[in-house]
Amino acid sequence: MRSVSIIGVGCTSFGEHWQKSLRELVAEAGIQAVLTSGLVGKDIEAIYGGCMASGRFIAQEHIGALLADQLGLNPIPSTRVEAACASGGVALRSGFLSVASGAYDIVAVGGVEKMTEVSTSEAAIALGGAGDQETELFHGASFPALYALMARKHMHDFGTTEEQMALCSVQAHKNGMLNPNSQFHKEISVEEVMHSGYVASPLKLLDCSPITDGAAAVILCETEKARKMGIPAVEIIGAGQASDSLALSGRKSLTEVAATKKAAEIAYKQANLGPKDIDVVELHDCFSIANIMAIEDLGFFKKGEGGKALEQGKTALNSEISVNPSGGLKCGHPVGATGVKQAVEIFEQLLGKAGKRQVKDAKIGLAHNVGGSGATAVVHIMRRL
Amino acid sequence: MTNGNLPLIWRKFPERYLLQGNRCETCGTCFFPARQVCPNCRRKGKLVQMEMPRQGKIITFTEVFTGPYGFEFETPYFIAIIELSNKARLLSQVVDSPREKIKIGAKVEKVFRKISDIDPEGPIAYGYKFKVVG
Ligand SMILES: [Zn+2]
Repeated sequence: MRSVSIIGVGCTSFGEHWQKSLRELVAEAGIQAVLTSGLVGKDIEAIYGGCMASGRFIAQEHIGALLADQLGLNPIPSTRVEAACASGGVALRSGFLSVASGAYDIVAVGGVEKMTEVSTSEAAIALGGAGDQETELFHGASFPALYALMARKHMHDFGTTEEQMALCSVQAHKNGMLNPNSQFHKEISVEEVMHSGYVASPLKLLDCSPITDGAAAVILCETEKARKMGIPAVEIIGAGQASDSLALSGRKSLTEVAATKKAAEIAYKQANLGPKDIDVVELHDCFSIANIMAIEDLGFFKKGEGGKALEQGKTALNSEISVNPSGGLKCGHPVGATGVKQAVEIFEQLLGKAGKRQVKDAKIGLAHNVGGSGATAVVHIMRRL
Repeated sequence: MTNGNLPLIWRKFPERYLLQGNRCETCGTCFFPARQVCPNCRRKGKLVQMEMPRQGKIITFTEVFTGPYGFEFETPYFIAIIELSNKARLLSQVVDSPREKIKIGAKVEKVFRKISDIDPEGPIAYGYKFKVVG
């Protein structure tokens, strides 16, 4: 396999973009990515675009063709990738593999979701498609309910507390204050999370990620070519992906996301690195408990000790391991875009361009994207070229 | 949504009314719902139809306060992952049980209930729920 690097990134602000359509969002992120790479449109040989549920959200399918069309890049091949909330991360890995294989030298990877065109109830139906319709949604299990089932088990087995989970949101919002693209710029307290009302016990409203519009894009280039161009770049040194049972009831353990462990194992092995080598991580914290399970499953802390690590501030900005300097998913989760936005954040962190939320001396970064309640997970490890 | 569709409701009668799943005779694992391929044995597996036991225990649970489409007016209600006595696991609502008895490890048994009634003109979906025993 050939080495692959990211040479350009683009991201819209995350939020309720009532004045912008999906096509305007993808054009904004895509054009920004091409401009920062120093390339021109005709250098791009193919597109991979992550999008989870545009059919449900805006009644528009065929997003692959739409991307190439809107970016003025016809007739290059353009492929939509869907893996629920991991659509962006899987699109990134698909683009990575297409360059690593030698099929292309330069490809664009995008992710987008336009979620606020429908009511919250309709959005929940769209997101519910990430679970098992016949055995979960049919019985009234919402997505917060599925993560709540994992949270309750984690609390039971390891003594994790609701306050520790609340800290995930408090920390995310604190970091989000420093990210101009974040959906929210407001610090919250543990008390506010605790009093925000149960959605599905023990998870409360402020334990959940919001409904968001947004798009992100990166330009991938074969590494030798990127070196010759002499522009700042970030090399993808590990890319792992794994699957698990669609329904939560089919998982061997309810206190871990086995697909995350498997994807991380593959990525660490490719990169010849371990959890201790990671300086900054953008992980998939759709619900607070997902943050706690991820820092354990990615190997930063032992199983069951995630809650305590949060309490001790070990995952704060510029601490033991800087988790979600962007604010993570709590500061906006346009489902198809999230996995690509994570790569954008790691790119900026590793090049020292992350402004006030910059992790000091960040040399190695990791992006972790999960689909559904854990049926898909993708992990990318990156370093400055 | 898959709740209100007539052919689907009809097709699901054995699974949702009788808790019909299957069992792999090669490795002894029981599956609910029935699987087309045993993930342990694949082509060496031999799947035979069987009704699941009605008894099990709660592995984990949650009380839902914001219900998804079709369940908005049912809240609050309990959802649990239940391990049946043959080790097969499923997700179900827990009903007709005092709140303080719904906890991890509690013994439950299957009951037959209405699940949802989304379309006023359409069919009503029935199926299994569980209640705490003892
Ligand atoms: Zn078998």
